[in-house]
Amino acid sequence: MVSALSIQQLGKTYKNGVTALHGIDLEVAQGDFFALLGPNGAGKSTTIGIASSLVNKTSGKVKVFGHDLDTELAAAKACIGLVPQEFNFNVFEPVEEVLVNQAGYYGVPRRLAFERAERYLNQLGLWDKRHEQSRNLSGGMKRRLMIARALVHEPRLLILDEPTAGVDIEIRHSMWNFLAEINKAGVTIILTTHYLEEAERLCRNIAIIDHGRIVENTNMRKLLSQMDTYTLALDLSQPLATAPTLPGFVSHLVDDHTLEVEITRNASINDLFAVLSTKNIAVVSLRNKTNRLEELFIRLVGNNKGNAA
Amino acid sequence: MNARGQYIAFRAILVKEVLRFTRIWVQTVLPPMITTALYFVIFGRLIGSQIGDVHGFQYMQYIVPGLILMSVITNSYANVVSSFYSAKFQHNIEEMLVAPVPNYLIMLGFLGGGLARGMAVGFAVTLVALLFTPIPLYNLWVAISVLILTSILFSLGGLINAIYAKSFDHISIVPTFVLTPLTYLGGVFYSVAMLPPFWQDVSLVNPILYMVNAFRYGLLGVTDVHLGVAYLAIIGFIAGLFMFALYLLNRGHGIRT
Repeated sequence: MVSALSIQQLGKTYKNGVTALHGIDLEVAQGDFFALLGPNGAGKSTTIGIASSLVNKTSGKVKVFGHDLDTELAAAKACIGLVPQEFNFNVFEPVEEVLVNQAGYYGVPRRLAFERAERYLNQLGLWDKRHEQSRNLSGGMKRRLMIARALVHEPRLLILDEPTAGVDIEIRHSMWNFLAEINKAGVTIILTTHYLEEAERLCRNIAIIDHGRIVENTNMRKLLSQMDTYTLALDLSQPLATAPTLPGFVSHLVDDHTLEVEITRNASINDLFAVLSTKNIAVVSLRNKTNRLEELFIRLVGNNKGNAA
Repeated sequence: MNARGQYIAFRAILVKEVLRFTRIWVQTVLPPMITTALYFVIFGRLIGSQIGDVHGFQYMQYIVPGLILMSVITNSYANVVSSFYSAKFQHNIEEMLVAPVPNYLIMLGFLGGGLARGMAVGFAVTLVALLFTPIPLYNLWVAISVLILTSILFSLGGLINAIYAKSFDHISIVPTFVLTPLTYLGGVFYSVAMLPPFWQDVSLVNPILYMVNAFRYGLLGVTDVHLGVAYLAIIGFIAGLFMFALYLLNRGHGIRT
């Protein structure tokens, strides 16, 4: 089956001499929910910009559902819906008009465009705001408007560049559910985000890009299973003056009521609690110190910094 | 994208452009009507009454074609330069760039907006002029064709200006320092026959002179330049600027990195 997005040896050097991409290769399968992660300035937005033809590539090949950007640009564009990082709609246009215009640029007849605008504005909770000038929307509403706009021509590939940046938790969760639903309905999704919990929860496959190079490209589950250790933060019922010695575990005291314990892949939480019981340390609650993917991300990007140096 | 899809895309851009300037008609259509009324009161009635006939017409009537065309030129240019630059500035030009709509249709859509505003303002200014003086109509087809071609030409000028512009200053430099002097020196208020021979020759390199005179011929039947040369100049400029603007868009100049 042809890939939803196929990138081969993609390179980009800007006019100011900065090389944003050093010949990257990437395959995103049809129907996938794919995370493209990386620190700021790593090359994520450049990759997305080239795929959506807003940025001219310097070298390499990009195909969208088999349509080569060099030879079948219009066909490739028709397959993509883009949600860019920055708000880029006309702030003076009413919400509904933003969608209807966008549908028109893709050749969607006006009547059908209005039908779809109603459907997506309803699904994203913006129907009541359809006559409102888009500049009057809240930040979260603007993000949802961009998602609705990207869907109005019913693309096969939806590319979201940090779609939930600055959005409150409740709306973020409803957006996650919405994205999961459209992915289930067959739309391939590529997501960049700084919320790694978002990527871990939604995405099946992942690529990590740093300094214009892919440093990891694998299945999310496989990636997470690479973790040798993770850190648990324990809230203690009684204060401790110093970090206790826990045989088989490395621990340190954050404050007198919080103990952090590193768990290796071979150890279990049962073992930890057994040791804690012998020391008469009672635990009120526990949580992961950071998101698992976040820990891996920091390690991978950190390793790459070392290599780059 | 098939022909029907392209037609829908073009219409979407055109409708958006027309809605844009009609929504803010107080800023776009009303000011040229007021300015023209002032020109008629000051130059036509107060000063014009002291000036004799020009080419057999009252001074007020003589300046009507130039004033209408001046409004069309200014507004066609202003519409496209401000709309396209705003779209660049707000990045909403990307809505079109990511879509499969060809560049020439994006161009035609914006030009259509400039033409629509040019014609709307031209019509409004004509109504104002009719309040002051009857306007003869010597050749309807010449008048309309020159009006449309001039509007297209200056819409193209506005588009190229917007493509190159990197700040709002850049979109006001050309209208202020190039367009306005050329328009005022293009025979709007006088016949070049009134100038000394040297300045008559200098005036002939001003393209706006040909448009004003061709339009004046359409309304009054008098002109300082040959009509054929005027058409040739306007159409030649349109063809040249169209190809150049399309080349810039295809290269992604100022809109793609």
